[in-house]
Amino acid sequence: MDKENKGLNREQDAKKMSTEEIFLEELSRKKAPRPGFWAKFWDAIQIPLLAIISGLFLGAVIIVVTSADVYVAFGSGIGEGFRTMGSIVGNAYKTLFTGAFGSPSKIIEALRTGEKISRAFKPITQSLVETTPYLLSGMAVALGFRSGVFNIGGEGQIYIGAVAATFVGLSFDGLPQAVHMPLAILAGIIGGAIWGFIPGWLKAKTGAHEVINTIMMNYIALRLVEYLLTGPMTKTGGGGMPISNSVKPTARIPLVFAPPITLHWGFFLAILIAIAAWFFLFKTTWGFNLQMAGANKHAAKYAGLNISLWTVLGMTISGALAGLCGSTQVLGVTYSMGLGVSAGYGFDAIALALLANNNPLGCILSALLFGLLKTGSRSMMSNTGIPLDIVSIIQAFILMFIAAPAIIRTVFRVKGLKEENKALVTVSGWGGDK
Amino acid sequence: MPPILELKGITKQFPGVLANDHINLTLEKGEILALLGENGAGKTTLMNILYGLYKPDEGEIFIDGEKIEISGPIDAIRAGIGMVHQHFMLIPVFTVTENVMLGEESVNFGGVLNPEDAAKKIKAIGELYGLKVDPNAKVGDLPVGVQQRVEIIKLLYRNARILIFDEPTAVLTPQEADELFEIMRSLTKQGKSIIFITHKLREVLEFSDRIMVIQRGKVVGETHPHEASQEKLAEMMVGRAVDLIPDKKKIQAGETVLKVDNLVVADGTRKITVHGVSFSVHAGEILGVAGVQGNGQTELEEALTGMREPVSGTIRILGKEVPKVKPREFVENKGAHIPEDRQRDGLILNFTVEDNLMLCTYYQPPFSQNHILNREAIRDHARKLITNFDIRPPEPLLPVASLSGGNQQKVIVARELSRDNKLIVASQPTRGLDVGSIEYIHDQLLKSREEGCGILLISSELDEIMELSDRIIVMYKGNITLMTETEKTTKSEVGLHMAGAGNSMSEKSENVAVQAGR
Repeated sequence: MDKENKGLNREQDAKKMSTEEIFLEELSRKKAPRPGFWAKFWDAIQIPLLAIISGLFLGAVIIVVTSADVYVAFGSGIGEGFRTMGSIVGNAYKTLFTGAFGSPSKIIEALRTGEKISRAFKPITQSLVETTPYLLSGMAVALGFRSGVFNIGGEGQIYIGAVAATFVGLSFDGLPQAVHMPLAILAGIIGGAIWGFIPGWLKAKTGAHEVINTIMMNYIALRLVEYLLTGPMTKTGGGGMPISNSVKPTARIPLVFAPPITLHWGFFLAILIAIAAWFFLFKTTWGFNLQMAGANKHAAKYAGLNISLWTVLGMTISGALAGLCGSTQVLGVTYSMGLGVSAGYGFDAIALALLANNNPLGCILSALLFGLLKTGSRSMMSNTGIPLDIVSIIQAFILMFIAAPAIIRTVFRVKGLKEENKALVTVSGWGGDK
Repeated sequence: MPPILELKGITKQFPGVLANDHINLTLEKGEILALLGENGAGKTTLMNILYGLYKPDEGEIFIDGEKIEISGPIDAIRAGIGMVHQHFMLIPVFTVTENVMLGEESVNFGGVLNPEDAAKKIKAIGELYGLKVDPNAKVGDLPVGVQQRVEIIKLLYRNARILIFDEPTAVLTPQEADELFEIMRSLTKQGKSIIFITHKLREVLEFSDRIMVIQRGKVVGETHPHEASQEKLAEMMVGRAVDLIPDKKKIQAGETVLKVDNLVVADGTRKITVHGVSFSVHAGEILGVAGVQGNGQTELEEALTGMREPVSGTIRILGKEVPKVKPREFVENKGAHIPEDRQRDGLILNFTVEDNLMLCTYYQPPFSQNHILNREAIRDHARKLITNFDIRPPEPLLPVASLSGGNQQKVIVARELSRDNKLIVASQPTRGLDVGSIEYIHDQLLKSREEGCGILLISSELDEIMELSDRIIVMYKGNITLMTETEKTTKSEVGLHMAGAGNSMSEKSENVAVQAGR
């Protein structure tokens, strides 16, 4: 049979479509050719959003259950009980909100009169300060995941980054700020990068699993920093407490506004880096390499990649971001290095990256959420006496719902773009039941 | 006597598609019923309904003439229905006994496991049906064919009377497949009934008692093997006449594109599996490498394409010696590679179709410039290939994982053959695909041949080798045991060499051992 004839056959074949093709035709006909930006955006954030709502709801239940006032009120009558329940939860979330964003009325008032501006904007800017370390460490983990490595060593990399930045910040007298500060930041980046490189290199060369090695590197980092802070780098006259001297003013990251507003330029640096990381990951061949190495090592080799190189690079970049997190905390917030410099950012970052679906831009949103909740929870505790831990529980609920999206999909009957793709997979025999 | 199983008017609707449209089916005791149809025709859906994984929208199921409700696999198992899935549901680190008794444990007083009792039962089942398995072997160490036997034993252990096999031979070597069919025969002799799903025509004709063809969710015909032919079945399946034998133009072979001298390759365990082979491929020629899987073809393929470093020997591509081929060099030397394991090596399943269509050349213009990806060019390229190679659905942004196996393979073939190639190394290019896709991929390979490509075709499908190749080499235990022109040989001669020049069964089992060792 000659070629033309076969072409004809294929055309006939195209007319006699099989069921799945008819189904796909249906799918593509009903909708616009491809989901637009907003459709995709909505699809990406609806589950996290619903998870947050559900988390806040369950948080409210816990606030009510743990509140003694509610039991007392129910003792004096059902109506009274419910009223107290409502007021306690309402109060708690109101202070959580105003603590995180600031009170809207005060902000309007301040803008109108031009007075007490710094007080009105203090909460929201404080939230942005808290957002910064979350964003940087979250991106560290997210980029690690994208390149196929699970970096649990963020904590150690933050410590090493912070201590390296502190060291440079303490050294060099009389350098201009334009040189000293970038140098100190760079020192932090390099410190973290080295701390990420080591487990990456061990994995590439020996196959040692990075989860184990990054955890071990955390211990080494912590003890090393403890030694440095009580020994060579300890505060003069600090009595052996694990704390360093304050870094030179020329090494500090400048504040954006006058005190008491503590927002420093490190926040904007982090946002800039998030955008750059997104561009790197999705728009450049390097990012494509990184993702290939992360998604399927065999196919990446087939496509001509040096897998070892990209594994090491992935860990190094991840470590560098965590190191940057450490240096901005010291140079922009605390100015002196103490053992509390990280406060678990390296671990929260794992959850945060999950929430962000390992997308650097998503990290901005989820870091904001973490930052807002952290600032808000402080004000909630001081104003209503509800402990900080409630917010950790709320965070935990949110993350659980995101990790188990099926719950959210069932409860809220969500049918996203992905869900339709899934239905499609069940129809085609091959690969469907895998 | 009523039939052991009867399905009446089974209908299943998925959003936008009628997967099963009033299907009637009967199964007699001791019968092997073959369910034939293309990928996506609705065979698997029907069997999943029978096994309780889906609920039918309409229709009734009768067993021994009695109507039953099946709302989950547990009901199905209780009704004596068992299923051997295409992808085995076994725990590799458990022994055979542990896997078989999982969920149906033999216990002593106080809930202590009693594996000896179960092992005894497994031995008894093995003897009755000819299923030879060591109950204490770890499942992960067993060859695929034996793992499948474990799956069958699992069903018999649960007293299944109706056994469903979902594409059971897709993962087996021809020998293993023949052994499986012997087992199926002995099962039916003992009164079991079998439904087996497939799209391999030869198997259906040789091993079934009755054939039912499903097309687009409907039963389009029923026949018996002695009344049917491969051509007739293919036509029923696809709904049009299919060229089972591709037509091949005569072409004068040209320059040497690949020359291999004394190539020695070792596998992942450093065992030498290719013992110094030499051959060459010329432009406009297809050199078929026949052989039962596990005779060194995989390692040969990997060494030629840079996926594995050879131990010694030389490889010349287009006359240039490449001492250590790297995958990227191979591509840049006008090589194309259709890998044996398409999902592991050839595709990144959660990447989109368009990304997979540029997987080997993404770093070159027009796909990227100065390391910045050019999405427009990538999409244009993808659209072009999707149209030219008839990839369905025609959606460049769909993850490749959601395509059917045939279309996944088309993505690889499209990507590899769309480049300006001089040499193509294609390994098992049509494994597991339905007749329509096979025909298509064969046409594409022949087209490349006509354009002057040299093609090394590695396949364990003897028919494929015989139909496409200009010359044939047979690999057996890492050596070339036969090198001949296709016209000067016969299928049975090649087959004999594949089996070790017609040696005894002992050699066959050694092949299986080689495979297990890989």
